[in-house]
Amino acid sequence: MRIALFITCVNDTLFPDTGRAVVDLLERLGHEVLFPQGQTCCGQMHYNTGYRRPATKFAVRFVQTFDGADAVVVPSASCAAMVREHYPRLGQSGSRLSRKGADLAPRVYDLTELLVDVLGVTDVGAYYPHRVAYPPTCHGLRMLGLGDRPYRLLRAVRGLDLVEVDRPGECCGFGGTFAVKNGDVSSAMGADKARHAVDTGAEVLCMVDNSCLMHVGGILQRQRSGMRVAHIAEILARTEASEAAVSPTTEEASR
Amino acid sequence: MSATFLGMPPFPEAAHAAVEDSQLRHNLRKATHTIRDKRGHAVGELGDDWSELRSEGAAIKEHTLRHLDHYLEQVEESVQRAGGTVHWASDAAEANDIVTRLVHGTGQSDVVKVKSMATQEIELNQALERAGITAYETDLAELIVQLGEDLPSHILVPAIHLGRAQIREIFLQHMAEWGVPAPSGLTDDPRALAEAARVHLRERFLKSRTAISGANFVVADSGTLVVLESEGNGRMCLTLPETLISVVGIEKIVPTFEDLEVFMQLLPRSSTGERMNPYTSMWSGVTPGDGPQEFHLVLLDNGRTDVLADTVGRQALRCIRCSACLNACPVYERTGGHAYGSVYPGPIGAILTPQLKGMSSETDRSLPYASSLCGACYEVCPVAIDIPEVLVHLREQVAQGPGHTGEKAMMAGAEAALSSPAALEAAQRAASLGRGAVPRHLPGTASAWTDTRSAPDIPEESFRRWWKKRGEERR
Repeated sequence: MRIALFITCVNDTLFPDTGRAVVDLLERLGHEVLFPQGQTCCGQMHYNTGYRRPATKFAVRFVQTFDGADAVVVPSASCAAMVREHYPRLGQSGSRLSRKGADLAPRVYDLTELLVDVLGVTDVGAYYPHRVAYPPTCHGLRMLGLGDRPYRLLRAVRGLDLVEVDRPGECCGFGGTFAVKNGDVSSAMGADKARHAVDTGAEVLCMVDNSCLMHVGGILQRQRSGMRVAHIAEILARTEASEAAVSPTTEEASR
Repeated sequence: MSATFLGMPPFPEAAHAAVEDSQLRHNLRKATHTIRDKRGHAVGELGDDWSELRSEGAAIKEHTLRHLDHYLEQVEESVQRAGGTVHWASDAAEANDIVTRLVHGTGQSDVVKVKSMATQEIELNQALERAGITAYETDLAELIVQLGEDLPSHILVPAIHLGRAQIREIFLQHMAEWGVPAPSGLTDDPRALAEAARVHLRERFLKSRTAISGANFVVADSGTLVVLESEGNGRMCLTLPETLISVVGIEKIVPTFEDLEVFMQLLPRSSTGERMNPYTSMWSGVTPGDGPQEFHLVLLDNGRTDVLADTVGRQALRCIRCSACLNACPVYERTGGHAYGSVYPGPIGAILTPQLKGMSSETDRSLPYASSLCGACYEVCPVAIDIPEVLVHLREQVAQGPGHTGEKAMMAGAEAALSSPAALEAAQRAASLGRGAVPRHLPGTASAWTDTRSAPDIPEESFRRWWKKRGEERR
């Protein structure tokens, strides 16, 4: 299958390893990955902070860039939710944006949805011999309804010991510009999420969104907790060969 | 003198103090998690029926609000037919004047009160106090707040921010100023505290001849008012006095008595996590020889008609004040209700208060940002108010207004950097070049990040650069 990758501006700029992992993983599964050059940002930050006009411009660019794609994969649940949930409502009713947005929306998938629902695989042939804590992210849980997809994918990874995090459905406190506009509350929420993660005794904290991981990972690093963070794509991309080639302590040090 | 929310600091400032108050954090975590779990159980046992009830509740409210002009007239007609008198108040001042005049008319100088959000919204107690009338709160938690000259911090549990040792102190120090004193050997055992409140309030119920209430619902076809409560203190106020004055927001109407059955299932399970609340009082006008012989209904607008004109924001008027969104909210859990500087705290307060008051103060303008948009509030709302959607809608209004120059510049900068792949690539290259020079603690706005969190390392090359190089190598 030909799959168009929407990398997201955060991954593109700060976490390119996640994008490389998505490419490795999908190609390993026998699919072709396209990277439409016109892409920039989904507009979520502007939209959620109340800047609708620039958000609409980003939406128009996205819809133009990915128009006609069979499937668009997004390694970020909140960016996928932005496109799927908000684009159809962003344009004026009956406008080109709202029509094209509504048309494209059902073909935009978070990585875990693409794997489980479209490609029909839960065992992606990965190997990752570590204890991993996985909490859902809010937009993955409540807007996309990812359900047990990430758990099924992680459970099928050889060597991986999956552990539950206490109060899994509770927000980590990132919230985009909320993280700085209400830094005290955001940090208090993040500290609780970090504590719940550390309490599991896992080596690695895994999520489906690098922005949440950047926040909780930043706290874990500041606290010198020793716990590493990894986007789910980076775990699913690992194989016995790649595990042997790289030392995990130098990789994915922090978000 | 009773306290008011006037002149409270903006949310981030108030929250800064709240998150560092370990006693408050402990009280809130314990209380919100307990009610949250109880609600989860009470809702969960209904299975799929819950989502149907929820849709039905939302639909009834939506229909009523669309035809509010019709139902308001129906309420007036049916309440008057049943022997009550209906008054119309366009704002808080008018409502307070009407109630003050009515109480003066009874010749009384004190009233007992049933817990009511509407009368807090209009600051009725303060208005009565200025007119020489003492209002006695009779809901246990409202009593604690009143005795302590404190402010309510939760819609359902106004004293949620206090622990039982703090409540014992308040009883010992202040009960005597208002009536029957607390027993000298009072402990902080919940039963002992409840007994002290019971004795204190009993005298009040037997003395007062005028009561003031709000209502959870007003049924248009029968003119019935409905109050749901747990303690029976509301029942005392609603039945013992000679005169009853009810102040009710115009959005509280449901069309028929049958519609009530939906909300009688939605409300208790969402608010206290019970299948049914202990006391439900209903009254239609007056009944000779039974209960108050004089009944006044004050229908309150106070900004609601303006909210109705906003097609996105008006869903906030569906709210039945259950407080499930407060209990589910991770922000409320860390800050408590006072930080919102608003009679209505938590997620619903963050969308209701700025709409009712028109975002005239910095505090009200800060409320739409008091959320990480995690969606837990929308998930638990029994009338499906999409609170995150309204929060973003209100942020748009704030962002279009004056001020926020730093944020506007930041957003314009981000917009420019993300406006085209070329611009983004240029920004990424600049960041990569400077990657070695980033300090661990950043200045200005960015310090809000690095005070508590390490900033991410900037990679040597962006994804799109890696992709381009890979393509060239493969050619």
